[in-house]
Amino acid sequence: MDILQLLVSGLANGCIYGLIALGFVLIYKATEAINFAQGDMMMLGAFITLGLTNTGYMDLPFWIAVPLAIALMGVFGYLLDLIVIRRMFGEAQIAVVILTIALGFVMRFAAGTIFGHEPQSLETPYAGQDLRFGGVVLGVDEAVVVIATVALTVVLFLFFNRTKLGVAMQASSQNQLAAYYMGIPVRRVQSLIWGLAGVTATIAGVLYASKGSIDPSAGLLGIKAFAAAVIGGMGSLPGALLGGIIVGVIEPFASRYVAAGYSQIAPYLLLFLVLVFRPHGILAQVHRKKV
Amino acid sequence: MSPLLEFDNVTLSFGGLVAVDRLSFTVENGEVFAIVGPNGAGKSTAFNLISRFYDPVEGKIRLAGDDLVQHPSHDLAGLGVARTFQNIELFDQATVLENLLIGRHRFRKSNLLTEIAFTPFVRDQERQHRHAVEEVIDFLDLQPYREKRIAGLPYGVRKVVELGRALATKPRLLLLDEPASGLSVEETRDMAYWIEDIKKQMGITVLMVEHDMHLVSSVSDRVLAMADGHKLALGTPDEVQSHPAVLEAYLGAGDTADREAAE
Repeated sequence: MDILQLLVSGLANGCIYGLIALGFVLIYKATEAINFAQGDMMMLGAFITLGLTNTGYMDLPFWIAVPLAIALMGVFGYLLDLIVIRRMFGEAQIAVVILTIALGFVMRFAAGTIFGHEPQSLETPYAGQDLRFGGVVLGVDEAVVVIATVALTVVLFLFFNRTKLGVAMQASSQNQLAAYYMGIPVRRVQSLIWGLAGVTATIAGVLYASKGSIDPSAGLLGIKAFAAAVIGGMGSLPGALLGGIIVGVIEPFASRYVAAGYSQIAPYLLLFLVLVFRPHGILAQVHRKKV
Repeated sequence: MSPLLEFDNVTLSFGGLVAVDRLSFTVENGEVFAIVGPNGAGKSTAFNLISRFYDPVEGKIRLAGDDLVQHPSHDLAGLGVARTFQNIELFDQATVLENLLIGRHRFRKSNLLTEIAFTPFVRDQERQHRHAVEEVIDFLDLQPYREKRIAGLPYGVRKVVELGRALATKPRLLLLDEPASGLSVEETRDMAYWIEDIKKQMGITVLMVEHDMHLVSSVSDRVLAMADGHKLALGTPDEVQSHPAVLEAYLGAGDTADREAAE
Protein backbone atom coordinates (compact mmCIF):
# COMPACT_ATOMS: atom_id res chain seq x y z
CA MET A 1 0.00 0.00 0.00
CA ASP A 2 2.81 2.30 0.96
CA ILE A 3 4.55 1.67 -2.33
CA LEU A 4 1.34 2.23 -4.27
CA GLN A 5 0.78 5.54 -2.52
CA LEU A 6 4.30 6.71 -3.35
CA LEU A 7 3.81 5.61 -6.93
CA VAL A 8 0.58 7.55 -7.29
CA SER A 9 1.96 10.80 -5.94
CA GLY A 10 5.14 10.38 -8.00
CA LEU A 11 3.09 9.81 -11.12
CA ALA A 12 1.29 13.13 -10.78
CA ASN A 13 4.56 15.04 -10.36
CA GLY A 14 6.09 13.05 -13.17
CA CYS A 15 3.33 14.05 -15.56
CA ILE A 16 4.14 17.70 -14.92
CA TYR A 17 7.86 17.13 -15.50
CA GLY A 18 6.92 15.21 -18.61
CA LEU A 19 4.83 18.06 -19.98
CA ILE A 20 7.63 20.57 -19.45
CA ALA A 21 10.09 18.10 -20.98
CA LEU A 22 7.74 17.84 -23.96
CA GLY A 23 8.26 21.56 -24.53
CA PHE A 24 12.05 21.12 -24.45
CA VAL A 25 11.85 18.32 -27.00
CA LEU A 26 9.40 20.12 -29.31
CA ILE A 27 11.69 23.11 -29.63
CA TYR A 28 14.88 21.05 -29.73
CA LYS A 29 13.57 18.92 -32.58
CA ALA A 30 12.35 21.89 -34.55
CA THR A 31 15.26 24.26 -34.11
CA GLU A 32 18.09 22.24 -32.52
CA ALA A 33 18.18 24.85 -29.76
CA ILE A 34 17.37 24.21 -26.13
CA ASN A 35 14.86 26.59 -24.62
CA PHE A 36 15.98 26.98 -21.02
CA ALA A 37 13.06 29.33 -20.46
CA GLN A 38 10.65 26.41 -20.83
CA GLY A 39 10.23 26.12 -17.04
CA ASP A 40 9.70 29.86 -16.79
CA MET A 41 7.08 29.70 -19.53
CA MET A 42 5.35 27.09 -17.35
CA MET A 43 5.51 29.52 -14.42
CA LEU A 44 4.27 32.40 -16.57
CA GLY A 45 1.36 30.33 -17.89
CA ALA A 46 0.40 29.43 -14.32
CA PHE A 47 0.54 33.07 -13.21
CA ILE A 48 -1.52 34.25 -16.17
CA THR A 49 -4.19 31.69 -15.27
CA LEU A 50 -3.96 32.75 -11.63
CA GLY A 51 -4.29 36.39 -12.61
CA LEU A 52 -7.38 35.62 -14.68
CA THR A 53 -9.21 33.44 -12.19
CA ASN A 54 -8.16 34.14 -8.58
CA THR A 55 -10.33 36.33 -6.38
CA GLY A 56 -8.66 39.69 -5.94
CA TYR A 57 -7.42 39.54 -9.52
CA MET A 58 -9.81 39.22 -12.48
CA ASP A 59 -12.07 36.62 -10.91
CA LEU A 60 -13.05 34.86 -14.15
CA PRO A 61 -14.49 31.33 -13.94
CA PHE A 62 -11.72 28.70 -13.89
CA TRP A 63 -12.90 26.93 -17.06
CA ILE A 64 -12.77 30.22 -18.98
CA ALA A 65 -9.47 31.36 -17.50
CA VAL A 66 -7.60 28.19 -18.45
CA PRO A 67 -8.32 28.17 -22.21
CA LEU A 68 -7.75 31.91 -22.29
CA ALA A 69 -4.35 31.56 -20.60
CA ILE A 70 -3.44 28.68 -22.94
CA ALA A 71 -4.33 30.81 -25.97
CA LEU A 72 -2.40 33.82 -24.61
CA MET A 73 0.72 31.74 -23.97
CA GLY A 74 0.40 30.14 -27.41
CA VAL A 75 0.48 33.59 -28.97
CA PHE A 76 3.32 34.57 -26.61
CA GLY A 77 5.41 31.58 -27.73
CA TYR A 78 4.70 32.31 -31.38
CA LEU A 79 5.68 35.97 -31.04
CA LEU A 80 8.75 35.12 -28.96
CA ASP A 81 10.08 33.13 -31.89
CA LEU A 82 8.94 35.62 -34.52
CA ILE A 83 10.37 38.69 -32.80
CA VAL A 84 13.32 37.45 -30.75
CA ILE A 85 14.54 33.91 -31.46
CA ARG A 86 14.39 34.09 -35.25
CA ARG A 87 16.87 36.96 -35.25
CA MET A 88 19.43 34.54 -33.88
CA PHE A 89 19.20 32.43 -37.03
CA GLY A 90 22.66 31.36 -38.09
CA GLU A 91 24.25 32.21 -34.73
CA ALA A 92 26.00 29.60 -32.62
CA GLN A 93 23.67 27.33 -30.66
CA ILE A 94 25.19 28.47 -27.38
CA ALA A 95 24.10 32.04 -28.15
CA VAL A 96 20.50 30.87 -28.46
CA VAL A 97 20.82 28.90 -25.23
CA ILE A 98 22.12 31.93 -23.35
CA LEU A 99 19.37 34.06 -24.86
CA THR A 100 16.73 31.67 -23.54
CA ILE A 101 18.36 31.68 -20.10
CA ALA A 102 18.16 35.48 -20.16
CA LEU A 103 14.53 35.34 -21.30
CA GLY A 104 13.85 33.11 -18.29
CA PHE A 105 15.27 35.81 -15.98
CA VAL A 106 13.08 38.41 -17.65
CA MET A 107 9.96 36.27 -17.21
CA ARG A 108 10.79 35.59 -13.53
CA PHE A 109 11.35 39.30 -12.93
CA ALA A 110 8.16 40.31 -14.73
CA ALA A 111 6.07 37.77 -12.83
CA GLY A 112 7.65 38.84 -9.53
CA THR A 113 6.92 42.50 -10.19
CA ILE A 114 3.30 41.88 -11.12
CA PHE A 115 2.34 39.10 -8.73
CA GLY A 116 4.90 39.43 -5.93
CA HIS A 117 7.40 36.82 -4.81
CA GLU A 118 5.22 35.08 -2.21
CA PRO A 119 3.93 31.61 -3.12
CA GLN A 120 0.29 31.71 -4.17
CA SER A 121 -2.08 28.92 -4.97
CA LEU A 122 -4.33 28.72 -7.96
CA GLU A 123 -8.00 28.60 -7.03
CA THR A 124 -9.54 25.59 -8.70
CA PRO A 125 -13.07 24.13 -8.47
CA TYR A 126 -11.58 20.81 -7.35
CA ALA A 127 -9.13 21.96 -4.66
CA GLY A 128 -8.84 19.87 -1.51
CA GLN A 129 -11.02 16.95 -2.61
CA ASP A 130 -9.80 13.38 -2.31
CA LEU A 131 -10.55 10.10 -4.01
CA ARG A 132 -10.08 6.91 -1.99
CA PHE A 133 -9.38 3.51 -3.49
CA GLY A 134 -9.02 1.08 -0.63
CA GLY A 135 -6.16 2.48 1.39
CA VAL A 136 -4.73 4.65 -1.40
CA VAL A 137 -5.62 8.31 -1.25
CA LEU A 138 -5.55 10.22 -4.48
CA GLY A 139 -6.18 13.95 -4.49
CA VAL A 140 -8.59 15.07 -7.19
CA ASP A 141 -5.90 17.57 -8.18
CA GLU A 142 -3.49 14.66 -8.75
CA ALA A 143 -6.09 12.73 -10.71
CA VAL A 144 -6.68 15.80 -12.88
CA VAL A 145 -2.94 15.98 -13.58
CA VAL A 146 -2.82 12.39 -14.79
CA ILE A 147 -6.04 12.61 -16.80
CA ALA A 148 -5.05 15.91 -18.42
CA THR A 149 -1.63 14.53 -19.34
CA VAL A 150 -3.12 11.42 -20.91
CA ALA A 151 -5.70 13.53 -22.79
CA LEU A 152 -3.04 15.95 -24.02
CA THR A 153 -0.86 13.05 -25.15
CA VAL A 154 -3.73 11.61 -27.20
CA VAL A 155 -4.54 15.00 -28.74
CA LEU A 156 -0.87 15.61 -29.59
CA PHE A 157 -0.58 12.14 -31.08
CA LEU A 158 -3.58 12.76 -33.34
CA PHE A 159 -2.32 16.24 -34.15
CA PHE A 160 1.14 15.06 -35.21
CA ASN A 161 -0.09 12.08 -37.20
CA ARG A 162 -3.30 13.23 -38.79
CA THR A 163 -3.23 16.96 -39.35
CA LYS A 164 -1.54 18.81 -42.15
CA LEU A 165 0.13 21.17 -39.69
CA GLY A 166 1.26 18.36 -37.38
CA VAL A 167 2.82 16.42 -40.23
CA ALA A 168 4.43 19.63 -41.49
CA MET A 169 5.95 20.15 -38.02
CA GLN A 170 7.38 16.62 -38.02
CA ALA A 171 8.73 17.10 -41.52
CA SER A 172 10.33 20.45 -40.66
CA SER A 173 12.07 18.99 -37.65
CA GLN A 174 13.41 16.00 -39.58
CA ASN A 175 14.71 17.81 -42.64
CA GLN A 176 14.20 21.55 -43.10
CA LEU A 177 15.61 21.66 -46.61
CA ALA A 178 13.33 18.92 -47.90
CA ALA A 179 10.36 20.41 -46.05
CA TYR A 180 10.74 23.70 -47.93
CA TYR A 181 10.45 21.90 -51.26
CA MET A 182 7.35 20.03 -50.15
CA GLY A 183 5.73 23.45 -49.88
CA ILE A 184 6.04 23.80 -46.10
CA PRO A 185 6.76 27.34 -44.85
CA VAL A 186 9.38 26.10 -42.40
CA ARG A 187 9.94 29.34 -40.50
CA ARG A 188 6.27 29.89 -39.81
CA VAL A 189 5.97 26.28 -38.75
CA GLN A 190 8.85 26.82 -36.32
CA SER A 191 7.11 29.82 -34.79
CA LEU A 192 4.00 27.68 -34.44
CA ILE A 193 6.08 25.06 -32.63
CA TRP A 194 7.15 27.75 -30.15
CA GLY A 195 3.47 28.55 -29.80
CA LEU A 196 2.73 24.89 -29.12
CA ALA A 197 5.54 24.83 -26.55
CA GLY A 198 3.82 27.80 -24.85
CA VAL A 199 0.56 25.86 -24.83
CA THR A 200 2.03 22.71 -23.27
CA ALA A 201 3.97 24.85 -20.76
CA THR A 202 0.76 26.56 -19.67
CA ILE A 203 -1.07 23.27 -19.23
CA ALA A 204 1.85 22.03 -17.12
CA GLY A 205 1.79 25.29 -15.17
CA VAL A 206 -1.93 25.11 -14.40
CA LEU A 207 -1.59 21.51 -13.25
CA TYR A 208 1.45 22.37 -11.13
CA ALA A 209 -0.11 25.41 -9.50
CA SER A 210 -3.39 23.60 -8.82
CA LYS A 211 -1.74 20.89 -6.73
CA GLY A 212 0.48 23.13 -4.68
CA SER A 213 1.53 26.72 -4.92
CA ILE A 214 3.41 28.80 -7.44
CA ASP A 215 5.99 31.54 -7.08
CA PRO A 216 8.09 33.30 -9.72
CA SER A 217 11.08 31.02 -9.21
CA ALA A 218 8.99 27.87 -9.79
CA GLY A 219 10.37 27.78 -13.32
CA LEU A 220 13.64 26.44 -11.95
CA LEU A 221 11.77 23.14 -11.90
CA GLY A 222 12.60 23.24 -15.59
CA ILE A 223 16.08 21.93 -14.76
CA LYS A 224 14.55 18.71 -13.46
CA ALA A 225 12.31 18.53 -16.52
CA PHE A 226 15.38 19.05 -18.71
CA ALA A 227 17.00 16.07 -16.99
CA ALA A 228 13.80 14.15 -17.72
CA ALA A 229 13.96 15.10 -21.39
CA VAL A 230 17.57 13.92 -21.64
CA ILE A 231 16.79 10.69 -19.78
CA GLY A 232 13.92 9.97 -22.15
CA GLY A 233 15.89 10.84 -25.27
CA MET A 234 16.09 14.46 -26.36
CA GLY A 235 14.60 13.80 -29.78
CA SER A 236 11.61 11.76 -28.71
CA LEU A 237 8.22 13.08 -27.58
CA PRO A 238 7.11 9.81 -25.91
CA GLY A 239 10.60 9.72 -24.37
CA ALA A 240 10.04 13.12 -22.77
CA LEU A 241 6.85 11.96 -21.07
CA LEU A 242 8.47 8.69 -20.02
CA GLY A 243 11.53 10.53 -18.68
CA GLY A 244 9.27 12.89 -16.74
CA ILE A 245 7.33 10.05 -15.17
CA ILE A 246 10.53 8.20 -14.25
CA VAL A 247 11.98 11.29 -12.55
CA GLY A 248 8.66 11.98 -10.82
CA VAL A 249 8.35 8.45 -9.49
CA ILE A 250 11.98 8.21 -8.35
CA GLU A 251 11.70 11.31 -6.18
CA PRO A 252 9.17 10.12 -3.54
CA PHE A 253 10.86 6.73 -3.34
CA ALA A 254 14.25 8.33 -2.85
CA SER A 255 13.02 10.65 -0.12
CA ARG A 256 11.28 7.73 1.60
CA TYR A 257 14.09 5.16 1.49
CA VAL A 258 17.31 7.14 1.08
CA ALA A 259 18.96 9.36 3.66
CA ALA A 260 17.61 12.91 3.58
CA GLY A 261 20.68 14.58 2.14
CA TYR A 262 20.97 12.15 -0.74
CA SER A 263 17.38 11.88 -1.94
CA GLN A 264 17.57 15.18 -3.78
CA ILE A 265 20.25 13.94 -6.10
CA ALA A 266 18.37 10.82 -7.21
CA PRO A 267 17.04 12.23 -10.54
CA TYR A 268 20.48 13.58 -11.45
CA LEU A 269 22.16 10.33 -10.49
CA LEU A 270 19.82 8.61 -12.93
CA LEU A 271 20.62 11.24 -15.54
CA PHE A 272 24.28 10.51 -14.99
CA LEU A 273 23.78 6.77 -15.38
CA VAL A 274 21.69 7.20 -18.52
CA LEU A 275 24.31 9.48 -20.07
CA VAL A 276 27.01 6.93 -19.35
CA PHE A 277 25.20 3.81 -20.51
CA ARG A 278 22.67 5.10 -23.03
CA PRO A 279 23.93 8.53 -24.03
CA HIS A 280 21.08 9.26 -26.42
CA GLY A 281 18.37 8.54 -23.86
CA ILE A 282 16.00 5.68 -23.28
CA LEU A 283 13.83 6.15 -26.36
CA ALA A 284 16.58 7.52 -28.56
CA GLN A 285 16.01 7.94 -32.25
CA VAL A 286 19.62 7.97 -33.15
CA HIS A 287 21.17 6.77 -36.31
CA ARG A 288 24.73 7.28 -37.33
CA LYS A 289 25.20 9.53 -40.30
CA LYS A 290 26.72 7.55 -43.10
CA VAL A 291 29.82 9.09 -44.53
CA MET B 1 3.41 30.87 -75.50
CA SER B 2 6.24 31.47 -73.07
CA PRO B 3 8.74 28.70 -72.36
CA LEU B 4 8.28 26.72 -69.13
CA LEU B 5 11.51 28.02 -67.66
CA GLU B 6 13.52 30.99 -68.79
CA PHE B 7 16.89 32.28 -67.59
CA ASP B 8 17.26 35.81 -68.85
CA ASN B 9 20.77 37.20 -68.46
CA VAL B 10 21.12 35.87 -64.89
CA THR B 11 24.18 36.77 -62.83
CA LEU B 12 25.05 35.64 -59.32
CA SER B 13 28.25 36.44 -57.50
CA PHE B 14 29.53 35.61 -54.04
CA GLY B 15 31.78 38.49 -53.07
CA GLY B 16 34.22 38.78 -55.95
CA LEU B 17 33.54 35.30 -57.32
CA VAL B 18 31.10 35.23 -60.20
CA ALA B 19 29.30 31.89 -59.92
CA VAL B 20 26.84 32.42 -62.74
CA ASP B 21 27.71 34.95 -65.42
CA ARG B 22 24.97 36.49 -67.63
CA LEU B 23 23.42 33.10 -68.25
CA SER B 24 20.47 32.84 -70.64
CA PHE B 25 18.62 29.71 -71.72
CA THR B 26 15.08 28.42 -71.94
CA VAL B 27 13.58 25.05 -71.11
CA GLU B 28 10.59 24.17 -73.29
CA ASN B 29 7.52 22.28 -72.18
CA GLY B 30 7.91 18.52 -72.39
CA GLU B 31 11.65 18.24 -72.96
CA VAL B 32 14.49 16.71 -70.98
CA PHE B 33 17.12 19.39 -70.58
CA ALA B 34 20.53 18.62 -69.08
CA ILE B 35 23.16 20.96 -67.71
CA VAL B 36 26.70 19.59 -67.84
CA GLY B 37 30.10 20.99 -67.04
CA PRO B 38 33.18 20.44 -64.91
CA ASN B 39 33.09 20.96 -61.13
CA GLY B 40 32.64 24.59 -60.22
CA ALA B 41 31.06 25.41 -63.57
CA GLY B 42 27.97 26.87 -61.92
CA LYS B 43 25.54 24.04 -62.70
CA SER B 44 24.43 23.53 -59.14
CA THR B 45 24.29 27.26 -58.58
CA ALA B 46 21.94 27.59 -61.54
CA PHE B 47 19.86 24.84 -59.96
CA ASN B 48 19.85 26.53 -56.60
CA LEU B 49 18.79 29.79 -58.21
CA ILE B 50 15.68 28.06 -59.56
CA SER B 51 15.13 26.46 -56.14
CA ARG B 52 15.14 29.96 -54.65
CA PHE B 53 18.20 29.28 -52.54
CA TYR B 54 19.85 32.40 -53.86
CA ASP B 55 18.58 35.63 -55.36
CA PRO B 56 20.17 36.58 -58.66
CA VAL B 57 22.18 39.81 -58.56
CA GLU B 58 20.94 40.61 -62.04
CA GLY B 59 18.58 39.17 -64.60
CA LYS B 60 15.27 37.37 -64.45
CA ILE B 61 14.18 33.78 -63.91
CA ARG B 62 10.67 33.08 -65.17
CA LEU B 63 8.45 30.05 -64.77
CA ALA B 64 5.83 30.05 -67.53
CA GLY B 65 6.24 33.81 -67.72
CA ASP B 66 5.87 34.31 -63.95
CA ASP B 67 8.79 36.01 -62.15
CA LEU B 68 10.19 33.27 -59.92
CA VAL B 69 12.28 35.62 -57.79
CA GLN B 70 9.06 36.93 -56.21
CA HIS B 71 8.45 33.55 -54.61
CA PRO B 72 10.08 32.03 -51.50
CA SER B 73 11.25 28.42 -51.81
CA HIS B 74 8.19 26.97 -50.08
CA ASP B 75 6.02 28.33 -52.93
CA LEU B 76 7.77 26.17 -55.51
CA ALA B 77 5.82 22.96 -54.83
CA GLY B 78 2.60 24.91 -55.31
CA LEU B 79 3.90 26.35 -58.57
CA GLY B 80 4.58 22.84 -59.84
CA VAL B 81 8.33 22.67 -59.34
CA ALA B 82 9.85 19.68 -57.55
CA ARG B 83 13.48 18.81 -56.99
CA THR B 84 15.83 16.12 -55.78
CA PHE B 85 19.18 16.69 -54.14
CA GLN B 86 22.65 15.49 -54.95
CA ASN B 87 23.09 14.24 -51.39
CA ILE B 88 19.52 12.99 -50.91
CA GLU B 89 17.36 14.93 -48.50
CA LEU B 90 14.70 12.59 -47.17
CA PHE B 91 12.81 12.41 -43.87
CA ASP B 92 15.06 9.73 -42.43
CA GLN B 93 12.92 8.75 -39.45
CA ALA B 94 9.84 8.21 -41.60
CA THR B 95 8.89 5.30 -43.84
CA VAL B 96 8.99 5.32 -47.64
CA LEU B 97 5.20 5.64 -47.71
CA GLU B 98 5.25 8.56 -45.26
CA ASN B 99 7.91 10.33 -47.28
CA LEU B 100 5.84 10.02 -50.41
CA LEU B 101 2.71 11.17 -48.58
CA ILE B 102 4.46 14.38 -47.50
CA GLY B 103 4.83 15.01 -51.22
CA ARG B 104 1.04 15.43 -51.20
CA HIS B 105 1.27 18.23 -48.65
CA ARG B 106 0.37 20.91 -51.16
CA PHE B 107 -2.92 19.18 -51.99
CA ARG B 108 -4.09 18.78 -48.41
CA LYS B 109 -6.95 21.04 -47.39
CA SER B 110 -6.12 22.10 -43.86
CA ASN B 111 -8.65 22.16 -41.08
CA LEU B 112 -7.42 21.01 -37.70
CA LEU B 113 -10.78 19.94 -36.31
CA THR B 114 -12.05 17.94 -39.28
CA GLU B 115 -8.65 16.31 -39.55
CA ILE B 116 -8.58 15.25 -35.91
CA ALA B 117 -12.20 14.03 -36.15
CA PHE B 118 -11.30 12.29 -39.43
CA THR B 119 -14.57 13.30 -41.13
CA PRO B 120 -15.77 11.57 -44.35
CA PHE B 121 -14.41 14.48 -46.40
CA VAL B 122 -10.96 14.12 -44.86
CA ARG B 123 -11.12 10.33 -45.26
CA ASP B 124 -11.98 10.74 -48.93
CA GLN B 125 -9.08 13.15 -49.42
CA GLU B 126 -6.75 10.77 -47.62
CA ARG B 127 -7.85 7.97 -49.95
CA GLN B 128 -7.03 10.11 -52.98
CA HIS B 129 -3.57 10.93 -51.60
CA ARG B 130 -2.91 7.24 -50.90
CA HIS B 131 -4.03 6.39 -54.40
CA ALA B 132 -1.72 8.99 -55.98
CA VAL B 133 1.18 7.71 -53.89
CA GLU B 134 0.49 4.07 -54.78
CA GLU B 135 0.73 5.03 -58.45
CA VAL B 136 4.19 6.43 -57.81
CA ILE B 137 5.17 3.30 -55.86
CA ASP B 138 4.07 1.11 -58.78
CA PHE B 139 5.82 3.31 -61.31
CA LEU B 140 9.16 3.15 -59.47
CA ASP B 141 8.86 -0.47 -58.24
CA LEU B 142 9.06 0.60 -54.61
CA GLN B 143 6.58 -2.03 -53.33
CA PRO B 144 9.15 -4.02 -51.31
CA TYR B 145 10.16 -0.91 -49.36
CA ARG B 146 6.74 0.66 -48.74
CA GLU B 147 6.80 0.35 -44.93
CA LYS B 148 10.57 0.53 -44.47
CA ARG B 149 12.27 3.39 -42.69
CA ILE B 150 14.58 5.52 -44.81
CA ALA B 151 17.41 5.31 -42.27
CA GLY B 152 17.97 1.62 -43.02
CA LEU B 153 17.68 1.69 -46.80
CA PRO B 154 20.56 1.39 -49.28
CA TYR B 155 21.70 4.50 -51.14
CA GLY B 156 20.28 3.48 -54.51
CA VAL B 157 16.81 2.91 -53.07
CA ARG B 158 16.83 6.24 -51.26
CA LYS B 159 17.66 7.96 -54.50
CA VAL B 160 14.56 6.40 -56.06
CA VAL B 161 12.41 7.30 -53.04
CA GLU B 162 13.48 10.91 -53.40
CA LEU B 163 12.50 10.84 -57.05
CA GLY B 164 9.17 9.33 -56.01
CA ARG B 165 8.55 12.01 -53.44
CA ALA B 166 9.18 14.67 -56.07
CA LEU B 167 6.73 12.92 -58.41
CA ALA B 168 4.11 12.75 -55.64
CA THR B 169 3.95 16.54 -55.71
CA LYS B 170 2.68 16.26 -59.31
CA PRO B 171 5.17 18.77 -60.75
CA ARG B 172 5.22 20.46 -64.13
CA LEU B 173 8.96 20.89 -63.89
CA LEU B 174 11.17 18.29 -62.23
CA LEU B 175 14.68 19.28 -61.21
CA LEU B 176 17.09 16.36 -60.81
CA ASP B 177 20.43 17.15 -59.18
CA GLU B 178 22.84 14.43 -60.32
CA PRO B 179 20.26 11.63 -60.50
CA ALA B 180 22.89 9.00 -61.33
CA SER B 181 25.61 9.93 -58.84
CA GLY B 182 26.43 7.02 -56.57
CA LEU B 183 24.28 4.58 -58.56
CA SER B 184 25.44 1.27 -60.01
CA VAL B 185 25.35 0.61 -63.74
CA GLU B 186 21.98 -1.19 -63.53
CA GLU B 187 20.51 1.46 -61.25
CA THR B 188 21.63 4.16 -63.67
CA ARG B 189 19.97 2.28 -66.52
CA ASP B 190 16.70 2.13 -64.53
CA MET B 191 17.01 5.84 -63.84
CA ALA B 192 17.33 6.50 -67.58
CA TYR B 193 14.15 4.50 -68.29
CA TRP B 194 12.28 6.37 -65.60
CA ILE B 195 13.38 9.77 -66.84
CA GLU B 196 12.12 8.85 -70.32
CA ASP B 197 8.80 7.63 -68.93
CA ILE B 198 8.44 10.71 -66.74
CA LYS B 199 8.71 12.75 -69.90
CA LYS B 200 6.61 10.57 -72.20
CA GLN B 201 3.95 9.10 -69.90
CA MET B 202 3.58 11.83 -67.35
CA GLY B 203 4.35 14.77 -69.59
CA ILE B 204 6.66 16.30 -67.00
CA THR B 205 9.48 18.56 -68.12
CA VAL B 206 12.82 17.47 -66.67
CA LEU B 207 15.80 19.69 -65.97
CA MET B 208 18.84 17.84 -64.69
CA VAL B 209 22.42 18.39 -63.72
CA GLU B 210 24.47 15.29 -64.44
CA HIS B 211 28.06 14.15 -64.86
CA ASP B 212 27.36 10.79 -66.48
CA MET B 213 27.58 11.74 -70.16
CA HIS B 214 26.18 8.38 -71.21
CA LEU B 215 22.97 9.04 -69.26
CA VAL B 216 22.84 12.62 -70.51
CA SER B 217 23.14 11.70 -74.16
CA SER B 218 20.67 8.82 -73.89
CA VAL B 219 17.80 10.77 -72.33
CA SER B 220 18.29 14.48 -73.05
CA ASP B 221 16.66 16.43 -75.84
CA ARG B 222 18.97 19.37 -75.31
CA VAL B 223 22.13 19.96 -73.33
CA LEU B 224 23.65 23.12 -71.90
CA ALA B 225 27.39 22.95 -71.29
CA MET B 226 28.76 25.40 -68.74
CA ALA B 227 32.20 26.41 -67.53
CA ASP B 228 33.22 29.14 -65.09
CA GLY B 229 29.63 30.31 -64.71
CA HIS B 230 28.87 30.95 -68.35
CA LYS B 231 27.40 29.14 -71.31
CA LEU B 232 29.82 27.18 -73.48
CA ALA B 233 27.39 25.49 -75.81
CA LEU B 234 23.72 24.65 -76.13
CA GLY B 235 22.20 22.08 -78.45
CA THR B 236 21.51 18.38 -78.92
CA PRO B 237 23.78 16.00 -76.96
CA ASP B 238 25.81 15.26 -80.09
CA GLU B 239 26.25 18.90 -81.01
CA VAL B 240 27.39 19.80 -77.51
CA GLN B 241 29.76 16.85 -77.16
CA SER B 242 31.55 17.73 -80.36
CA HIS B 243 31.61 21.49 -79.73
CA PRO B 244 35.23 22.75 -79.67
CA ALA B 245 34.72 24.92 -76.58
CA VAL B 246 33.32 21.92 -74.70
CA LEU B 247 36.18 19.66 -75.72
CA GLU B 248 38.59 22.29 -74.58
CA ALA B 249 36.91 22.75 -71.21
CA TYR B 250 36.74 19.01 -70.58
CA LEU B 251 40.06 17.88 -71.98
CA GLY B 252 42.10 21.03 -71.61
CA ALA B 253 43.57 23.10 -74.43
CA GLY B 254 46.76 21.03 -74.52
CA ASP B 255 44.87 17.79 -75.16
CA THR B 256 42.89 19.32 -77.99
CA ALA B 257 46.11 20.56 -79.57
CA ASP B 258 47.62 17.07 -79.22
CA ARG B 259 44.60 15.52 -80.81
CA GLU B 260 44.62 17.96 -83.67
CA ALA B 261 48.30 17.24 -84.17
CA ALA B 262 47.57 13.51 -84.24
CA GLU B 263 44.89 14.01 -86.86
